[in-house]
Amino acid sequence: MGAGAIGAGAAGMKVDKVISPTTEILPLRIRGVSYAVGKTRLLDGIDLTINAGRRLVVMGPNGAGKSLFLRLCHGLIAPTSGSIAWQAQGPRPAEQAMVLQRPVLLRRSVRANLDYPLALAGHARAERGEMVQKTLARFGLIALAERPARLLSGGEQQRLALARAWAMRPQVLFMDEPSAALDPSATRIIEDLIRLFSAEGITIVMTSHDLFQARRLAQDVVFLHRGRLIEHGPAARFFDAPQTAEARDFLGGELIW
Amino acid sequence: MDGPFLIAIGLIASGDPALTEIIALSLKVTLTAVSIGCVIGLPLGAGLALARFPGRGALVVAFNALMGLPPVVAGLLVYLMLSRSGPLGDLALLFTPTAMVIAQTILILPIVISLTRSVVEDLWAEYREQLRSLGAGRLRAVPTLLWDGRVSLLTGILAGFGRASAEVGAVLIVGGNIAGHTRTMTTAITLETSRGSIGLAVALGIILLLITLSLNAAAWGLAQSARGRLG
Repeated sequence: MGAGAIGAGAAGMKVDKVISPTTEILPLRIRGVSYAVGKTRLLDGIDLTINAGRRLVVMGPNGAGKSLFLRLCHGLIAPTSGSIAWQAQGPRPAEQAMVLQRPVLLRRSVRANLDYPLALAGHARAERGEMVQKTLARFGLIALAERPARLLSGGEQQRLALARAWAMRPQVLFMDEPSAALDPSATRIIEDLIRLFSAEGITIVMTSHDLFQARRLAQDVVFLHRGRLIEHGPAARFFDAPQTAEARDFLGGELIW
Repeated sequence: MDGPFLIAIGLIASGDPALTEIIALSLKVTLTAVSIGCVIGLPLGAGLALARFPGRGALVVAFNALMGLPPVVAGLLVYLMLSRSGPLGDLALLFTPTAMVIAQTILILPIVISLTRSVVEDLWAEYREQLRSLGAGRLRAVPTLLWDGRVSLLTGILAGFGRASAEVGAVLIVGGNIAGHTRTMTTAITLETSRGSIGLAVALGIILLLITLSLNAAAWGLAQSARGRLG
């Protein structure tokens, strides 16, 4: 299966709104959030409101706390101090999904990997079969359905990870470096999919260390540096007229620590 | 010197009924014990891998140590429990195949529990965030991890089978080596050797080795192909 064909297929896919008009879980309000290990503050006093319907790219040099920030928002870890509150009631709504930096695929078939979170979410078996089939078709995975997920190529594995997250019908999708280990053609497929998700109404919050990718995808940018939120705003403003010296150095390719 | 071997081969080739009966009982007892050991040991081992409670470390060490429990001691404990004056004496289980199953289960359990804990602990470290992200709590993670660790777990189960099928002390004490009732391959080898009837002992020895060898070969083949198929 050629990667180019899939890329074209993804770009040409029909867009239909998948978000049912259930409770809106956004905006996500992050207030004074810090995360410390011992005495080291890895994130420090983050204030941010994540609104629905945008593509937000979290940027910053290695060790800035991008990954940690996403995992806090997703609810994988709890902040040391501060609050992370969803618009919807309850601490951790189910209508959000995350593609981890190194997604773990189960030692099962592609189909079983897609079925697993749907079973966890309590969908009936018959209903799941249909949802899985639809997901396989949408992501060009039908030919790979019975293959063991762990034996797919890197690009295919990442596509499956995105498909698995999409199948959970999230309102918000967190993605941690979704194309970090991929070649340019696989990266293009992933970026097409991200635009597609966005067009379907899914709010995207992703990290990227790749300035070009961030320029291609970001509508809003959050810039983190040493665990602090330095800048937040529309992507055009961030890239054309960064407000801080740190952001200017980062965009200029300077080494900043 | 090849006298006993010729007799042994003759017994095996002719399908000697006494020999067949001993083999059948041995397999029945050990396979039952392995099954019970898995039903109890797999979830318990996985639970021990995921749970955090005071005294967990001591429990882990205890199960590791019990992997080396001498079979005669296990036999003695079961004997004391089941003997006429013991707490479970009324069940009249002493010198029955059931008593032998109980004794062997006690030998197998620590192996299955400890190896399962070790396999599941490693998997959990890898899967933890992903499963949480997909919506699985600790309890729901147990069957997921057991299934994804199935190839490695097979080795632990096989080690349990190996231990139970090879041991003689426990089944001898609680079974009594009664001909046609509780005589297994290992107890028969002990008896026949001491009686000077080396032929039957050698025949049983050969069978025992073949069973262990073929089981391990099958498990190895299964693991190889599974690694190829599952990644």
